[in-house]
Amino acid sequence: MSTASAAVPDATDTVGLANGDNLVTIDDLVVHFPITSGIVFRHKIGAVRAVDGVSFTVKRGETLGLVGESGCGKSTTGKAILHLEKPTGGHVLYEGADLAHLSGRALRRQRRRMQMIFQDPYASLNSRMTIADIVGEPLLVHKLYPRGGRNQRVRELLELVGINPNTLNRYPHEFSGGQRQRIGVARALAVEPNFIVCDEPISALDVSIRAQIINLLQRLQGEFGLTYLFIAHDLSVVRHISDRIAVMYLGRIVELAENAVLYGAPMHPYTQALLSAVPIPDPEVEEKRRAVVLRGDVPSPADPPPGCHFHTRCPVMEEGLCDVEVPRLREVRPGHWASCHLVADTSYPHIRAGEDDCAEVEA
Amino acid sequence: MGVTASELLDVTDLSVDFDSQEGIVHAVDGVSFSVAPGELVGLVGESGCGKSVTATAILGLTRMITNATVTGRIEFQGRDLLALPESDVRKVRGKDIAMIFQDPVTSLNPVLSIERLMTEGLELHLGLSHADAVKRAVELLQTVGIPMAAARIKDYPHQFSGGMRQRVMIAIAVSCNPKLLLADEPTTALDVTIQAQILRLMKKLSADYGAAVIVITHDLGVVAGMCRRILVMYAGRIVEEGPAKPLFHHPHHPYTVGLLRSVPRLDRPRSAELQSIEGLPPDLSHLPPGCSFAPRCWLATDECWQGAPPLFDTGTGRRSACFHRDKLLERAGAGVTA
Repeated sequence: MSTASAAVPDATDTVGLANGDNLVTIDDLVVHFPITSGIVFRHKIGAVRAVDGVSFTVKRGETLGLVGESGCGKSTTGKAILHLEKPTGGHVLYEGADLAHLSGRALRRQRRRMQMIFQDPYASLNSRMTIADIVGEPLLVHKLYPRGGRNQRVRELLELVGINPNTLNRYPHEFSGGQRQRIGVARALAVEPNFIVCDEPISALDVSIRAQIINLLQRLQGEFGLTYLFIAHDLSVVRHISDRIAVMYLGRIVELAENAVLYGAPMHPYTQALLSAVPIPDPEVEEKRRAVVLRGDVPSPADPPPGCHFHTRCPVMEEGLCDVEVPRLREVRPGHWASCHLVADTSYPHIRAGEDDCAEVEA
Repeated sequence: MGVTASELLDVTDLSVDFDSQEGIVHAVDGVSFSVAPGELVGLVGESGCGKSVTATAILGLTRMITNATVTGRIEFQGRDLLALPESDVRKVRGKDIAMIFQDPVTSLNPVLSIERLMTEGLELHLGLSHADAVKRAVELLQTVGIPMAAARIKDYPHQFSGGMRQRVMIAIAVSCNPKLLLADEPTTALDVTIQAQILRLMKKLSADYGAAVIVITHDLGVVAGMCRRILVMYAGRIVEEGPAKPLFHHPHHPYTVGLLRSVPRLDRPRSAELQSIEGLPPDLSHLPPGCSFAPRCWLATDECWQGAPPLFDTGTGRRSACFHRDKLLERAGAGVTA
């Protein structure tokens, strides 16, 4: 694309790129994992199209929620943004600078500004390192704080996330899941980043602990002016924490809008179905509500269907259009992006329970 | 609680202790409840609260765990399963009481075909010939919504997606017309859109087969849409019990209040901050002397630290294990978000 070297790329074909408030710009990001065959003569026989042309921007100071079901490519997108996973194509611009042009020391310097909080606090902390080493390692790598000051800084960080600083010399197994996730947050904060990718940070935690971590993340955002990309599959949590939300399906973004707009008037049939399927902890509400039950499963990203990726499960699919032509993600209304052929400027499909595949069930 | 003729399952004072290096772990601590035929009951709690161990004990599987000590009574159709010899329990397990496990990826034997997995129970419990069992298995797979069932029965579990595997597991569970289905986190490993499919299927099958279901989950949303009656467990004990609607609207135990407050809801306006339950669940080998929720409870007084509260009757089929339940009843009109 022509945007490769431009600091502020052409805004006509990507999601709101021209805005000066953008901290991170993702432009046509593609991540394909090769499927290989043969042992001696290894050759590529196909590709898992985990991320298949994703464009969006993250504004300074906002929380952008990235939701989707497992295998939709949301975590791979998060990793590719930090170049932890090398993109097959496309660009990630951080404050206008293309990460792909950086390597070695320059990339490392840039990474100081962008950190990640991982999903599983049991797997993402090295069990043979003490808490002081885990939280202090980023400081060591980036040569921040002199030797003597480093310990003091680690204590400050632990206090910040609600961990007793006197537990500095303990090992991860001595902490509960919620405490470990706090340590993971402290490690991400150590190098004073602007931008943090939170990859399902609460999925592995107990219900009563989740709220603690969410509140912590929100408090830290206010205190340090952080920008979050919040990746999750739980739509209620994403609604709680996000300013804007992008919905992914099978490697592509199907809808992107402000929080109230996306949850109040979702345009894409997939978003509508997804929202209707989220159970609400209230028997009375559940009784009145009828979930749109989508038929079938998510297709394999190694062999995605032609046209709109969602057409195989879509209750309002139009033959000859949706199964042939790939819908473009376009700005239907100011700030509201959707990729669906059936969404027009004035109208969009409203799917309801009953239009779904529930003939076999429900009396 | 005595055995009443109307009850299908009657669990009385069930305790399960595990001997570990850290000391004795009180996984289940004096749990009593009953389930009527065809009833949909939700057993809700966080990890480590003893909900899965309770299910394991009902299935009679705790007897295979060498360091487990089980006391109390589990009366199923009038017979105490804990007192029966293993040979008799085997006739019940998989037939009258069936289980749907959490993870369809690890709980189906990968080296057996769906045909083998499905016909085993049919041949063993119902005495069908292999040919009849296969025929019945294909019907069952169709019932749970597996396309091309006759061909796919030859496949192996890895050839199915997660949602399809869970359907196969449900088909196996209902194959012998069980009276009681134990579903342990049946949708936790699944995506939201697939979860909706599976919940709907379980509800329908329960109605068709007249089977009672105990849905064990940490997700309040899952049981809200499915179950009539809810049991809330915390640290090995039932802390609250009651019909779903009043329980969700006016909880009688502070832990239930805390749980409901700590999850954001799609149908409510966004709040600035979630109300979390501070602190951590207790260590089951070193339980606090009194109420095990007292260390995290905003209502706790000295009384709560002295002795564990029993399950008090709080009216209309509801019970709460809290000394200060009256304080919650007073505010009842205000609802949980007050």
